[in-house]
Amino acid sequence: MNRIDRTFKELGRSGKKALIPYIMAGDPDLDATKTYINDLESSGADIIELGVPFSDPLADGPTIQRAAERSLKKGTTLKKVLGLVKDIRKTSEIPLILMTYYNPVFKMGIESFITKAVKSGVDGVIIPDLIPDEADEFIKLSKQHKLDTIFLLAPTSTNDRIRKVTKASTGFIYYVSITGITGAKLSMGNLMKNTLDTINRTTRKPVAVGFGVSNAKEAAAVAILADGVIIGSAIVKLIAKGKSIRSFVKNIRKAI
Amino acid sequence: MKKRPDKIPDRKGHFGVYGGRFVPETLMPALIELEDAYRKLRKNKSFIKELKSLHNNYIGRPTALYFAENLTKHLGGAKIYLKREDLCHTGAHKINNAIAQSLLAKKMGKTRVIAETGAGQHGVATATGAALAGLDCDIYMGSEDIRRQSLNVFRMKLLGAKVIEVSIGSKTLKDAINEALRDWTTNVQNTHYVMGTAFGPHPYPVMVRDFQSVIGNEARRQILKAEKKLPDLLIACVGGGSNSIGLFHAFLKDNIKMTGVEAGGLGIRSGKHAARFAGGSLGVFQGCKSYLLQDRDGNVLGTHSVSAGLDYASIGPEHCYLRDTDKINYTYATDKEALSAFELLSKIEGIIPALESAHAIAEVVKAAPSMSKNSIIIVNLSGRGDKDVQEVARIKGIEL
Ligand SMILES: Cc1ncc(COP(=O)(O)O)c(C=O)c1O
Repeated sequence: MNRIDRTFKELGRSGKKALIPYIMAGDPDLDATKTYINDLESSGADIIELGVPFSDPLADGPTIQRAAERSLKKGTTLKKVLGLVKDIRKTSEIPLILMTYYNPVFKMGIESFITKAVKSGVDGVIIPDLIPDEADEFIKLSKQHKLDTIFLLAPTSTNDRIRKVTKASTGFIYYVSITGITGAKLSMGNLMKNTLDTINRTTRKPVAVGFGVSNAKEAAAVAILADGVIIGSAIVKLIAKGKSIRSFVKNIRKAI
Repeated sequence: MKKRPDKIPDRKGHFGVYGGRFVPETLMPALIELEDAYRKLRKNKSFIKELKSLHNNYIGRPTALYFAENLTKHLGGAKIYLKREDLCHTGAHKINNAIAQSLLAKKMGKTRVIAETGAGQHGVATATGAALAGLDCDIYMGSEDIRRQSLNVFRMKLLGAKVIEVSIGSKTLKDAINEALRDWTTNVQNTHYVMGTAFGPHPYPVMVRDFQSVIGNEARRQILKAEKKLPDLLIACVGGGSNSIGLFHAFLKDNIKMTGVEAGGLGIRSGKHAARFAGGSLGVFQGCKSYLLQDRDGNVLGTHSVSAGLDYASIGPEHCYLRDTDKINYTYATDKEALSAFELLSKIEGIIPALESAHAIAEVVKAAPSMSKNSIIIVNLSGRGDKDVQEVARIKGIEL
């Protein structure tokens, strides 16, 4: 069993929900990212999402856009992020997911990316601008090499899309809590509950909720409905200010 | 049974390996809704009639196909005809698409439209369409473009649109598209995104092409009437690729030579240009797979052109396909060549072209002299140059 499946299984057994923080690799630099990953793990993160910077992050709000800009200025590339993962794997077994836009992957070559990612110790990939409809080859090769493909669903998703996306996803399904971009304000309405209900009726795969979760209270509310909570912009903001992220993450851990 | 050749584009908007849909999942239902609505409306008699009436009475179609006798004499070769899209209401071909999409948005029950703009022409056209259709309108524009196209910024405001400045990234068209896509992702329930060129996720490349095809349909009829024969060469500038595909599409079956002209900026070797075919490679950007100016790691490169409307890192997917199948040739004109064509056409024909269109004229200047006197060139004069006068003065060091 891979690291992501094992994590959800163990959490399920103890009735806990997955805490999945996101940070931008290379912000402020790759050494710092390594330290932040240690901090996240020791503060109770179950899975870590590592952002790969891209010049045109169209699914991201200002906070992560700026983080990507800072990271790119430092010369961070997809290749270097894979190197970082390899390095982390020497000391940690925490599940690691790359969140990257499609073009850097496409440019590297799909198969080349997948084999390198798996070899470095990456467990799964989230590509916000790749939908299952365009991912036949990506899904096939990922299956072959045992890399999880985590696709996204949104409040706008129709039953048709829900069927398609849950089928194509492995590891877990990423439910985008709002119609919008990362860092926007969360709205905890019936729509979220209803969509999550539909998703859970369609699949037994775990569902994690992200985009817009920014504090312990929201995380707690989301955790009631989902198998995991993803927190990005709120942590990226702390990092941008040079602040410690440990107590923030520990608080969330307690809440869910 | 004989296998039918693959439909181009296929059901998912692929032109061979190009095109498709590379967008956040949140937008998928909207793209499917748009595709369905468009498929129904394009055959709907009352929609067709309404659009036709707006063409004739509002946009001012058909636009003239003007025989540029002075330019022809000056260059001493092929007969040169200008397809006068500069005479369209608001001053460029962009209105053909913007009016049609605004009408479509209204039929779909949307209350708001958004658009990106580079040169400001598409922004003005969308603001116009929104005013006409009674829709709210927000236009995203890079701060660099706001500076060099300030006249159009004020026009959009007069038309009741809000112009939202984008000052992240390269501060030009691609960043405006990112912001427009983010807005659409957020407000997709009540908002239609009026993409301004034959680019982006399916169905935009097909839909915008169809809405611009009126250019070539008219030109084909007009040249047959005037010359009793088809032209030998078609020329148009290529930003995202809408005015060019609009002219070329009606002639694709005729096996006529066609040339698309990209922005050569300061020259390909300088790296400061927007010539995707001369300097780019296959990539995935802002909704589709196409040629892209990118670095080794797949990040999108900054572009440069004196013309804001051609200053873009990628190109419509159908163009890539038509290039692969040898239907269309692509070349580029540098800033310098475009500026000199801008002045030439102004002086010799009394027509001030948009700097975008001046790139096409620059190619006419290169191609016409070596062609025989009874051969014919049609060049798409995609827009008028009023919006560029200030910027050209600045470049020439003249204070207005
Ligand atoms: C007058 C004019 N011509 C050409 C273009 C380039 O766009 P496209 O290639 O879609 O025709 C623009 C874009 O702003 C424009 O304003």
